[in-house]
Amino acid sequence: MTLATFVIQLLNGLAGASSLFLVAAGLSLIFGVTRIVNFAHGSFFMVGIYIAYTLTESFGRGSALGFWASVLAAAVAVGALGFVVEILLLRRIYKAPELFQLLATFGLVLVIKDATLAIWGPEDLLGPRAPGLRGAVSILGRPFPEYDLVLIAIGPLVLGLLWLVLNRTRFGVLVRAATQDRDMVAALGVNQAWLFTGVFALGAALAGLGGALQVPREPAQLFLDITVISDAFVVVVVGGLGSIPGAFLAALLIGEIKALCIGLGDVSFGGFEISFSKLTLVVEFIVMAIVLVVRPWGLLGRPGGEPRHAAATEPPLRPLHGYLKLAAAGLGAALLVLPVATDGYVLVLLIDIFVFALFAVSLHFLMGPGGMVSFGHAAYFGLGAYGAALLVLRAGLPMETTIVLGPLVALAGGLLFGWFVVRLSGVYLAMLTLAFAQIVWSVAFQWDSFTGGSNGLIGLWPPAWLASKSAFYHVTLILCVVAIVALRHLVFAPFGAVLRAGRDSPLRADAIGIDVRRHQWFAFALIGGFAGLAGVLHAFSKGSISPETLAIARSVDGLVMVLLGGVQTLTGPVVGAAVLTWLQDEIARRVEFWRAILGGVIILLVIAFPQGIVGFIRGRFMREVT
Amino acid sequence: MAEAMLIARGLHAYYGRAHILADVALEVGAGEVVVLIGRNGAGKSTTMKCLIGLVRPAAGEIEFAGYRTERLAPHAIARLGLGYVPEERRIFTDLTVAENLEVGRRPPRQGLEPWTPERLFRLFPNLGEMRGRPGGRMSGGEQQMLTIARTLMGNPACILLDEPSEGLAPVIIEQMAATIRDLKAHGVAVLLAEQNLHFAGLVADRAYVIEKGGIRYSGSMAELAADEAVRAAYLSV
Repeated sequence: MTLATFVIQLLNGLAGASSLFLVAAGLSLIFGVTRIVNFAHGSFFMVGIYIAYTLTESFGRGSALGFWASVLAAAVAVGALGFVVEILLLRRIYKAPELFQLLATFGLVLVIKDATLAIWGPEDLLGPRAPGLRGAVSILGRPFPEYDLVLIAIGPLVLGLLWLVLNRTRFGVLVRAATQDRDMVAALGVNQAWLFTGVFALGAALAGLGGALQVPREPAQLFLDITVISDAFVVVVVGGLGSIPGAFLAALLIGEIKALCIGLGDVSFGGFEISFSKLTLVVEFIVMAIVLVVRPWGLLGRPGGEPRHAAATEPPLRPLHGYLKLAAAGLGAALLVLPVATDGYVLVLLIDIFVFALFAVSLHFLMGPGGMVSFGHAAYFGLGAYGAALLVLRAGLPMETTIVLGPLVALAGGLLFGWFVVRLSGVYLAMLTLAFAQIVWSVAFQWDSFTGGSNGLIGLWPPAWLASKSAFYHVTLILCVVAIVALRHLVFAPFGAVLRAGRDSPLRADAIGIDVRRHQWFAFALIGGFAGLAGVLHAFSKGSISPETLAIARSVDGLVMVLLGGVQTLTGPVVGAAVLTWLQDEIARRVEFWRAILGGVIILLVIAFPQGIVGFIRGRFMREVT
Repeated sequence: MAEAMLIARGLHAYYGRAHILADVALEVGAGEVVVLIGRNGAGKSTTMKCLIGLVRPAAGEIEFAGYRTERLAPHAIARLGLGYVPEERRIFTDLTVAENLEVGRRPPRQGLEPWTPERLFRLFPNLGEMRGRPGGRMSGGEQQMLTIARTLMGNPACILLDEPSEGLAPVIIEQMAATIRDLKAHGVAVLLAEQNLHFAGLVADRAYVIEKGGIRYSGSMAELAADEAVRAAYLSV
């Protein structure tokens, strides 16, 4: 790489960092004050770029004034959207547990995605280039777009403006105070509701501006919401939660490293070919993993910057009541004889439900008794699935052995990643699990010769004795039930009790001689194995797997299942898995805009049942059953 | 007693299943200094939090300045003129002294001379010398002064002071007592939660003794000082 290309790549990195910083700054502000991890922040970015597309197409082709006014108007419009969302939705759920808020914002992602699809259609839309900035300047003899130079300036400009707002206005002082202690701010007579609305609208407008500024550089596309939100999460976590300068620094760092990877391309080191351009998909997650291990609170964050009020203390878990045990046994028996009475399709749906019930129960074990919220649980599901598939296809092993070996692959992954993960807690822990999941995903996605790349692997059929749907159904049912019951026992076994003690009070647990971290590590690995079993069964039930098997969406599905059912109950995840799997299947088959409906249902459920479905039933009807 | 401005009747409060307050009743008159005295865990702080709305009482009524407040949000109660100084001080440690005061600022209240930072710095000269210092880099006594000053910026007609003497050096405690007497002279009513009988004696007109979440005694400070039996039963350690 010559000096000129190097410099150009550095400048590219700076230009890319600006939009990233705007989105991340908004996310960080919102989290700081409201403690809501806003999954829909990437959606605000996406809406920003779509609105800017429409406005600049009409007003921004001819005049520079029209272009920039359109960009600003798009940001304001997204701010207004944030305003409405806060008032209609978030206001109702500030008292709900943090994870439910996350779930509600995820419902919002789905709704906004389908609304965008309905308004702008599925095509990629590339807006006009900025009038007056269509040319390029020559830097070291190479052309560099003028517009990108402006973008490079906008990042520090917005950072400066935000600093002024936060330090020189009453609104800013209140925002900083509320970031530290919301209740005290309220007790001093400040109406938090409007403060939250203001912060949310401001954060949304920043995301919208970040999107609008990209209009001349990249087309408006429907998948931007998810890619942008995961980038923004990474930036916020690397910079330190709640730190705006940290977000700026992290955006620069990640923007530069990505640009350099593209610039380096394929390099060979002593015979090894390393494709740096392929690394761009994961490099930010690698940076995040390194930063979190070295500085668990981010570059400019502070230790102990976690929410002051952690989760409300969980009531002790209760074993199933006698009648319910009978009911569960009855249901199990009914499911066993079901294939006699029904056709293939119901069995296929039920197999999915069993597999996802196991997946959700394993995630719940981690989140509930383990106290570790994972945003990357799909990695272990996928490791199991890919492990089994590769053993069958590449090593020629029979399927039966992979039922044991597949989960062991996932367990090994859990051991490796878990060692890092348990060093953190809370949101940081969740982000690191996401980072590892993304790394696993990108390996599966890019290693064409081994994992099949984006096409995945096909031709995974069970042996003859399992070829009929009902035989496979029975095996799946039995394995999943056994695994779920085993996990239930584990919750009440000494191992589970130790985990719960470590979750509720790590210091006290340490003080009575429990090595909390080691128990968490083993739990993380073990749970990886259980998720892996679900993955193996999934792979053989479908006959093929693709990188979708371990994508973010799968991890989010798991979270939605657990949260829908209720974190504080043991039956919750099973119910949540059944409801979500059925809903996805049922709605997706019949309706065009199924995402919006699913998102709407999720939002309504969160508003109606902030304790989850099973939590609600228990609170309502089973108060006396102990 | 002057006309009552803060009245609580039959307050009950729970943390989960633990019954923390059982039938607490008290009154504070305009311009009066009243102490709620009791041991650790007697329910003093919970009573204070119920009055400002940070803990929702399960039953009972609260009246402040003629409004029923037991269902109001904390900010609405504060705006009616009830100030709250928490036990843990809860200074905004990232904000400077001047910014801490800014958070507390509310419009002037009729009949009371409005508090400004300048006027507060005359009352707390130490604070005036460290306006630009972050709250996290102050001593405990200075932080205690700052919390009171911050609450006064809201121009309250009555303030709830939760154990202001806790953890302070004797000299600072004397200053604190002088401050409370100053507030009274300015027409601000004070409800003080304390376990330090000596400190309460320096400032309070009347006392309620609280024990296990219930009011066990009420009377003037002089009567309490004379009542050996009550002091032995509820206040001796």
